[in-house]
Amino acid sequence: MCLLISDWLSLFMSVYFPQKLLPYLLLMPQLVVTAIFFLWPAGQAVEQAFYQEDAFGLSRDYVGLDNFTELFTSPEYFASLKTTMVFSFSVAFLGLAVALWLAVMADRVIRGAMVYQTLLIWPYAVAPALAGVLWWILFDPSMGPMALLLEYIGIDWNHFVNGDQAMILVVISATWKQISYNFLFFLAGLQAIPRSLIEAAAIDGAGPSKRFWDIVFPLLSPTTFFLLVVNLVYAFFETFGVIDATTQGGPGQSTTTMVYKVFNDGFVGLDLGSSAAQSVVLMVIVGLMTVVQFRYIERKVQY
Amino acid sequence: MNKLALVSTAVGLAVSGSAFSATQIEWWHAMGGANGEKVVEIAEAFNQAQDAYEVKPVYKGNYTETMTSAIAAFRAKQQPALVQVFEVGTASMMAAEGAIYPVYKLMRETGQPFIQDDYLSAVTGYYTDEDGNMLSMPFNSSTPVLYYNKEQFEKAGVSAPKTWQEMETVSQKLLDSGVECGFTTSWQSWIQLENFSARHNIPFATQANGFAGMDTEFVFNSPAQVAHIEKMREWQQNGIFSYGGRRSDSAPKFYSQECSMFMGSSAGYAGMKRNASFDFGVAQLPYNAEQIETPQNTIIGGASLWVLQGKSEEQYQGVATFLNFLSRADMQADWHQFSGYLPITQAAYELTKGQGFYAANPGTDVAVKQMTSVEPTENSKGLRLGNFVQVRDIINEELEAVWAGDKTAQVALDAAAKRGNALLRKFEKAND
Repeated sequence: MCLLISDWLSLFMSVYFPQKLLPYLLLMPQLVVTAIFFLWPAGQAVEQAFYQEDAFGLSRDYVGLDNFTELFTSPEYFASLKTTMVFSFSVAFLGLAVALWLAVMADRVIRGAMVYQTLLIWPYAVAPALAGVLWWILFDPSMGPMALLLEYIGIDWNHFVNGDQAMILVVISATWKQISYNFLFFLAGLQAIPRSLIEAAAIDGAGPSKRFWDIVFPLLSPTTFFLLVVNLVYAFFETFGVIDATTQGGPGQSTTTMVYKVFNDGFVGLDLGSSAAQSVVLMVIVGLMTVVQFRYIERKVQY
Repeated sequence: MNKLALVSTAVGLAVSGSAFSATQIEWWHAMGGANGEKVVEIAEAFNQAQDAYEVKPVYKGNYTETMTSAIAAFRAKQQPALVQVFEVGTASMMAAEGAIYPVYKLMRETGQPFIQDDYLSAVTGYYTDEDGNMLSMPFNSSTPVLYYNKEQFEKAGVSAPKTWQEMETVSQKLLDSGVECGFTTSWQSWIQLENFSARHNIPFATQANGFAGMDTEFVFNSPAQVAHIEKMREWQQNGIFSYGGRRSDSAPKFYSQECSMFMGSSAGYAGMKRNASFDFGVAQLPYNAEQIETPQNTIIGGASLWVLQGKSEEQYQGVATFLNFLSRADMQADWHQFSGYLPITQAAYELTKGQGFYAANPGTDVAVKQMTSVEPTENSKGLRLGNFVQVRDIINEELEAVWAGDKTAQVALDAAAKRGNALLRKFEKAND
């Protein structure tokens, strides 16, 4: 049987792809892009992690695992690991929850739906650093309108001293633009759900909340799962711009995430060895997390 | 092949136009906004004044971005001839012996007139080697001063404090008169530790703050500094001091009249004038009268110009000519008056004074006086410490733990010194 199928396959392929080279050729652009922009730099980071060198690259010493042992014996590094987890899961959860809520609302709008949908997508076009500056101004303890509003309702806002408030600020800044992206996918997902299913449930007496949790939400699960992976990767890797523009990792170390440390130690501190070692650790963590997500969470997804 | 070469030469000539014979010199800088326009103006003035060289200024972003790009370019052998590097990058630049062309050497080898004594030693000291030779050319230097709100001071019936003891009493009177906070500070490591140490003539790090060797260790956790930070912790609790963030994030506290005093860079004068809707004054940085009778000079911040290796002799000739042009009294005086940065030569200071600038703009000479009133000592000459950008981050983190009330000054400064020393050892190892 197996033999038969493979024979049939090769026949099939020889009919449609007369040259064996063609499929590879067609794959080439993607492979080249991956090799140049991912594999090559990632390989260099791994190599760099075993060396210590001066900023100008004039001298370079092989130090074995020194860069790694230094990380794992430093309490500050473990603190940043914890910060990263709190930050990333908050960003992913908040980003998904708010976007889903907005998408459900926008899906119900009948008049001017296009206007709402377009406006909700706009923030995605804002560069991360700009988004950071925007929220930084809004929440400036002395002059920011949001801070003044909070003070008015009795909350003393000062993210320069209060670490929890600083964390809230960076989570909001990092989430805000991601909501647009999530919104787009959720809206498309919602529109793909056949109306007949929802109507049938309604006829059977299911209220709006039951219809959402028993029908809509499970049917959206492929989208939700995809967005969960994308958002976690975003929070882990792409948020150093936002943090740099708002808190620079402070106060204390309360918003120093791992990727911000990679950026700061490497590009600001010019300590390339340690920065490379940190990026390798980060790569391994995100790789592991993705495996876990695909193995355990994806099982619950209904395609 | 010949034809092609001919055509490309012709195109090249057409593109470069009138300046086709001029040697191009790239100058990477980090001056944005009004100062950036001034930099372009300076380069144009130089290009107009002679036609052998053409200086091309290229804006590369903020200080760290400019330094990082120059280093990346050097690694790719695409470096500019001249690059502006901030003061905390000095140790990294100095240690890169194969990458830099020391200014004193450049001037000697190109035969340009260069008298080091013409420059203000308080400014150039930061950028000299053990033998006093200038390694880079100071360009924009500033030093911390105390800005105060004259209107609030008048209302409270106080005058500018000279000492930290007066800071406390003056602040208390201000609080009593209804002001929310006495003072705030920008750049806490630079002002409250680095400059505090210099002003009281105590070391910030061993080995003459790193000038005498890379085997230096932090000693900013000594009694005087600890007492100062501990006092500030107490003030943070009772409102005399209010922390407002890293870098210059605290400036809005002063602009919005929440705080009556602000410690910031003397180069912030123009911005202060634009943003403060009230009358303000400038005073020297306070000192602890129990520690020292006559305070030392403060140390500088800002940036200097470094010449990089790997360029042609002709280009170096051009760079040297340009550096001489920059040091001219009229150029320096103009830059000083426009930007608020310190003049780098005595002549430029005298010229500015002669033009009546200080009389017309009270407070602009405070920084110069604070810098030059005494001879710098090895504790006030500057700092030469590796990985210092990261060390400042560590100091920021630890001080913030103090302001939040999580740590005492002693615990925080001990931790900062310990973490900082690890980075110094790392720098020593990478550059041996």
